[in-house]
Amino acid sequence: MTDAAAYVMLEDGARFDGVGCAADGIAVGEIVFTTSMSGYQEAVTDPSYAGQLLVFTYPQIGNYGVRDDAMESDRIHARAAIMRAAVDRDDSPGAQQGWLSWMKAHRVPAITEVDTRALVRHIRSQGAMRGGLFPGQMSERQARTLIEAEPPMTGRDLVPGVTSEERTVFEGGPGTRIAILDTGVKRSIVSELRSRGVTVELHPSTAGAHQLLENNPDAVLLANGPGDPGALGYIVEVVRQLIGRVPVYGICLGHQLLCQAVGLETYKLAFGHHGANHPVKDLDTGTIEITSQNHGFAVLGPDGSPTIEGDEAIRWETEYGAAELTHINLYDRTVEGLTLCEVPAATVQYHPEAGPGPHDALHLFDRFVEGARAA
Amino acid sequence: MPRRDDIRKILLIGSGPIVIGQAAEFDYSGTQACRVLMEEGYEVVLVNSNPATIMTDPEVATATYIEPLQPQAVTQVIERERPDALLPTLGGQTALNLSKELHELGVLRRYQVELIGADYEAIARAEDRERFRDTMTAAGLRVPRSAIAHSVDEARAAVEQVGLPFIVRPAFTLGGSGGGVVTSERELERLVGRGLAISPIHQVLLEESVLGWGEFELEVMRDGGDNVVIVCSIENIDPMGVHTGDSVCVAPQQTLSDRAYQELRDQAIAVIRAVGVQTGGSNVQFAVSPDTDEVVVIEMNPRVSRSSALASKATGFPIAKIAARLAVGYTLEEIPNDITRATPASFEPALDYCVVKWPRFAFEKFPGAEPGLTTHMKSVGEAMAIGRTFKQAFAKALRSRELDARPRFEESLEALMESVGRPGAERFDRLLEAIRRGASVDELHARTDIHRWFLNEFAELESGPRRLAGERTFKAVDTCAAEFEARTPYFYSSWERPPRMGQVRSRNGGPTPSEAAPAARGTAIILGSGPNRIGQGIEFDYCCVHAAQTVRESGRDAVMINCNPETVSTDYDISDRLYFEPLTLEDVLAVCEAERLGAFEHNGSAGANGRRRLEGIVVQFGGQTPLKLAAGLHAAGVPILGTSVEAIDLAEDRSRFGPLLDRLGFKAPPYSTAQSVDEALERAADVGFPLLVRPSYVLGGRAMEIVYSLADLADYLERAELEPGRPIYLDRFLEDSIEIDVDALCDGSAAAGGGGEVWIAGIMQHVEEAGIHSGDSACVLPPHALGEEMLAQVRAQTAAIALELGVVGLLNVQFAIHGETLYVIEANPRASRTVPFVSKAIGVPIAKLACRLVLGERIADFDLPQSTANGHVCVKEAVLPFDRFAGADALLGPEMRSTGEVMGIAADFPTAFAKSQAAAGSNLPMGGTVFITVTDGDKPAATGVASMLHDLSFRIVATRGTAQAIRKMGIPVETINKLGEGSPHVVDWIERGDVDLVINTPVGTGARAEGYEIRAAAVARRIPCITTMAGGMAAARAIAAARRGAPEVRSLQEIHGERPRQAEPMTAKIT
Ligand SMILES: Nc1ncnc2c1ncn2[C@@H]1O[C@H](COP(=O)(O)OP(=O)(O)O)[C@@H](O)[C@H]1O
Ligand SMILES: Nc1ncnc2c1ncn2[C@@H]1O[C@H](COP(=O)(O)OP(=O)(O)O)[C@@H](O)[C@H]1O
Ligand SMILES: [Mg+2]
Ligand SMILES: [Mg+2]
Repeated sequence: MTDAAAYVMLEDGARFDGVGCAADGIAVGEIVFTTSMSGYQEAVTDPSYAGQLLVFTYPQIGNYGVRDDAMESDRIHARAAIMRAAVDRDDSPGAQQGWLSWMKAHRVPAITEVDTRALVRHIRSQGAMRGGLFPGQMSERQARTLIEAEPPMTGRDLVPGVTSEERTVFEGGPGTRIAILDTGVKRSIVSELRSRGVTVELHPSTAGAHQLLENNPDAVLLANGPGDPGALGYIVEVVRQLIGRVPVYGICLGHQLLCQAVGLETYKLAFGHHGANHPVKDLDTGTIEITSQNHGFAVLGPDGSPTIEGDEAIRWETEYGAAELTHINLYDRTVEGLTLCEVPAATVQYHPEAGPGPHDALHLFDRFVEGARAA
Repeated sequence: MPRRDDIRKILLIGSGPIVIGQAAEFDYSGTQACRVLMEEGYEVVLVNSNPATIMTDPEVATATYIEPLQPQAVTQVIERERPDALLPTLGGQTALNLSKELHELGVLRRYQVELIGADYEAIARAEDRERFRDTMTAAGLRVPRSAIAHSVDEARAAVEQVGLPFIVRPAFTLGGSGGGVVTSERELERLVGRGLAISPIHQVLLEESVLGWGEFELEVMRDGGDNVVIVCSIENIDPMGVHTGDSVCVAPQQTLSDRAYQELRDQAIAVIRAVGVQTGGSNVQFAVSPDTDEVVVIEMNPRVSRSSALASKATGFPIAKIAARLAVGYTLEEIPNDITRATPASFEPALDYCVVKWPRFAFEKFPGAEPGLTTHMKSVGEAMAIGRTFKQAFAKALRSRELDARPRFEESLEALMESVGRPGAERFDRLLEAIRRGASVDELHARTDIHRWFLNEFAELESGPRRLAGERTFKAVDTCAAEFEARTPYFYSSWERPPRMGQVRSRNGGPTPSEAAPAARGTAIILGSGPNRIGQGIEFDYCCVHAAQTVRESGRDAVMINCNPETVSTDYDISDRLYFEPLTLEDVLAVCEAERLGAFEHNGSAGANGRRRLEGIVVQFGGQTPLKLAAGLHAAGVPILGTSVEAIDLAEDRSRFGPLLDRLGFKAPPYSTAQSVDEALERAADVGFPLLVRPSYVLGGRAMEIVYSLADLADYLERAELEPGRPIYLDRFLEDSIEIDVDALCDGSAAAGGGGEVWIAGIMQHVEEAGIHSGDSACVLPPHALGEEMLAQVRAQTAAIALELGVVGLLNVQFAIHGETLYVIEANPRASRTVPFVSKAIGVPIAKLACRLVLGERIADFDLPQSTANGHVCVKEAVLPFDRFAGADALLGPEMRSTGEVMGIAADFPTAFAKSQAAAGSNLPMGGTVFITVTDGDKPAATGVASMLHDLSFRIVATRGTAQAIRKMGIPVETINKLGEGSPHVVDWIERGDVDLVINTPVGTGARAEGYEIRAAAVARRIPCITTMAGGMAAARAIAAARRGAPEVRSLQEIHGERPRQAEPMTAKIT
């Protein structure tokens, strides 16, 4: 560990000092925070965090080390970890390596002993913004220039950096086959499907409809992923060709893509939803699930409003027939789910696959798979 | 689902006296529940025998019955009040068991009372260990292999099933009472026997041992719509084998990976659904294998618990409050989160800090008791600390314990490591010492099975810098890790590196982003009483809560500082700002500083209106803890409100208080103060024997003993762990004298600009003679056997002392009447243990009045009643924990040992006394056999008691000497053998169950005095054992009264005329 002075600086000039740990170096990007109290390894390996520096509001990070089966992808996507009290212990049962050594091995810088609560309260009041992690000896002027050089998150397409090079197939069993448009899919999604006997095809994000449908899958799943969904018009086009021809399901970014395909717009949240404790209400059944969340953008309702006041599913006409907004977030009443009523298609903004987070919504994978089989 | 309108009136049962395993946390939960239900517009009927609770304040419920928590009394209440529903889940195990009993007796059916929250089936499924095990297995969850036994032989037979060692768990007991670890055939006999005796249904569970596994608890909430959330996870640092109540715990859990934690979460949800708790909170305990992550379910409590109180304080999520709303029909989504106000309660709190809970023990008070920690709870209180990191929280928790004496460590490392391996009260102090002496994490892990993560943290704590990096700043507890704005000011201090805000003006700006919000008005700080311990318990929390309420009513901000998670005072609703901090000078001064400066304004600069007006600090309501800090605070320039530091010192320093009494011409027992052992031995002679010895500045008569000779004294000075430099007090012990306790209000001497007035709130006559600590003896209000002129003297002397000291607020004076003469034993210039009892007996909230005096009002401003008589006699009885400390002598003395108290109210003394005995759980027999053995001095009195009991057709047996004395009076009595005289001797009689009542006055003192075995046997068999003649006489009169039929019940509101008298139904009979 470097153990040298380091600091976090935001584009508005706010500075938070700490101690550098893991790899040396500089990281610049959008600074976001997660309130999840466990699952640090799953978080930083989640491709949706590409281009972001991740602040952990929970102070004790690294407690149980890292292990291969907690990887959500093959590498660390977060640009840095910002923490209050990181440890590098590998003596916990099941731990294969210490958290900080592991990040160092992946050449990802991190900082600890930062007053993360002050930082988070600042972001909460001022909104998510660009910033960076810098060595103590670097001047604030230099730091600022680097931050200015970083393009803002809005309008950014980060998918090419995280999608898989070519098509890969994961055997799950005979029968059901689901094609995933890999915009940065988490491993948990793939394994949830496979554990239900589904064979999974991963397609590069540039795949067209014909490629996706080549082996006539029973359904297409639009995955999670990083960046601004508004910058992915080329994928929305593909989705529009899929709807009606095959059941389409989506998670997180995938939800935002399907929503755009049926004419809804996306917008940037002030500081996003990143955590494992958000209550989401299913407007059909009335049940509430505690969900895993990780998104900086969200979908506007058909009337263009960011929140949904009533407790009735909002229904309106699209070019694919009637559509319904089926789920809302009870924290801020933003849109959390969409269903098309006349063609098989359904999406959620949150993460039923957990990894990390509660399992309340795992049953959605049963729905997806049944839907796929039914079609 | 909205609020239920089909119910109007709800019955709530409290948890009764504070006992080990069931303490102040149920006052916190119960008070919240009552408040919420009243807010919701329901009538609330409360039954609780514990007067020292906020819950039993008349304004908290519609009708408050301070009655024994027994089917008879509660049935009478039900018949008078006719509630529509009974909420059984907020009064601990006591309320749960009693509700279950009322159902089984058909009472609930007969009066159509619906159980809400948890129904009978759910309670039975969770509480009956056999049914619980089956329910879990049916739900596909793993529980330890186990077998049920109803006899020692059944247990023997079961051993090959569960193997050795195994755990014994009696069904339906509190805090693991009667449980234990059996490692050998020999222990099997003893522990299983004890378990069967203690279990109300004479059933024990033998269970596969998972000693050394990690122990975790999850607090679960479920609503009527079957939505379930986990409020908090708690990890026990002590592995399985040490009761959670005795374990040092941390929240949230630290060592489980997300995957392992989610597995526990899934199981906890499965458990609450399988048991079928319809709505409310439950506590689920798990053991997790350290190497395989394998999980077994240990138990679930279908009610709020110690842990749910801890979880509420740890997260800011008020479980009891929400459970009460859920019970009347609301869903989690319909209930707003108090703290954010913007978001609903249907969520799981996210913490951005760590919480450490530390148990407080009292082994030093029970010499001879087994010292170890096991599956059966022994701690008497707890402290909680919040820090931004585990290390900060752990270090704070160490400070919060307020130990009377520093632990003494073994000389050799081997011996030290030995004891580190054995769970005990000072285990972690030893562990840290071992680390200081170079013990490695691996060695310590091998000895203790404590997870390496914690051991590593301890090692770093010891090696790291003493001063923490950064500056002290205050952070808020907000349930959401700052994701939303917090409205509820609940703070803890933390050391942080100050951010630099550059040009920005941010809401949390300023050099250190303290979150303490600025106050527009004047502020008074109230110091709480810290962790509950014997001698300083819930009574003081009651006073602090009243003080906070009064400060707010006066138009000021009330700021509370305390570190006890069980209490009402640490409910963030009670004060305008709650600082959850240790009660040390340094920590308190830091809060004063924060309150002086105020928070930085939103634009980041400390402007004028960010500045607070801190008027001062109130130290007289939290017992000895705040009093000890008074001088230091004063020296640091913090104004002390109320009785001055000078007056406190005058009362507490004997070399100053003695002369004060002389000046006033009042008598005190001859006394002397010695600085050394030798000096003590010299001085003893001039004071004269018998002597009462004790170290100075202690509460609850710590280490206080009566010695009859120089030899005794020398022996005491040998044994007592006297702190060098601290003086030793010697008092002439006034034998056979009546003790009196007085609580009074004073508004300061006129000379010092005060009102010069004193109001005597209550004069209590103790049932036991002086020599039994005031906290342990029963007392009566009004005094039942004192002449008017003696009372006049008591009043006059109390008033004179109050004015001479210059008390502003409360004063407690203790007297002893020896012959015809009145002696002053001590004066405490603060709220005393009896304040809540007196307030409820006379219907005047004296702590609130005292606080108004502290804030500058005069007694003349109040219109106080001339007489407080209301035609009722109130008896306070102490509740003792001897059954928890196998090996300790069940004997009363000048050192306080009781953990709690109950109150009996009736029209006459015997009936009130009978109620108090029933409430205290020592059920006086209505007939049967009484065994009497007393000292020669007591024999005359014994014959009187014997003849009364004979008239009540008791069979009387006695040891030879006592029998002769009784026979002389012509009372039939059988002589039985003393221990020495061969079987069948008295202990055989008791153990055979042939004795229903024991009257035994002790000869001599010390743990192994004669009669010890008799008392031990009685305690083990739960037979009432009376150790003073005064107590014996009162008991005989009480039995006579009780035989005249069930005493009537009355609500406080009726007694104090705040509520029209209920029409009296014919007294309920249980059929
Ligand atoms: N099978 C077991 N093996 C080892 N320790 C156990 C076992 N069961 C319980 N314990 C210990 O005993 C304590 C008390 O048991 P518990 O079932 O929680 O009783 P209580 O009702 O008193 O809480 C637990 O906190 C745990 O430390
Ligand atoms: N001189 C005395 N003679 C007889 N009993 C005494 C005397 N002094 C104290 N006691 C007994 O000891 C108990 C504890 O003494 P006290 O001074 O009240 O200590 P504490 O400060 O713990 O209340 C008293 O309640 C009383 O019963
Ligand atoms: Mg338990
Ligand atoms: Mg006293």
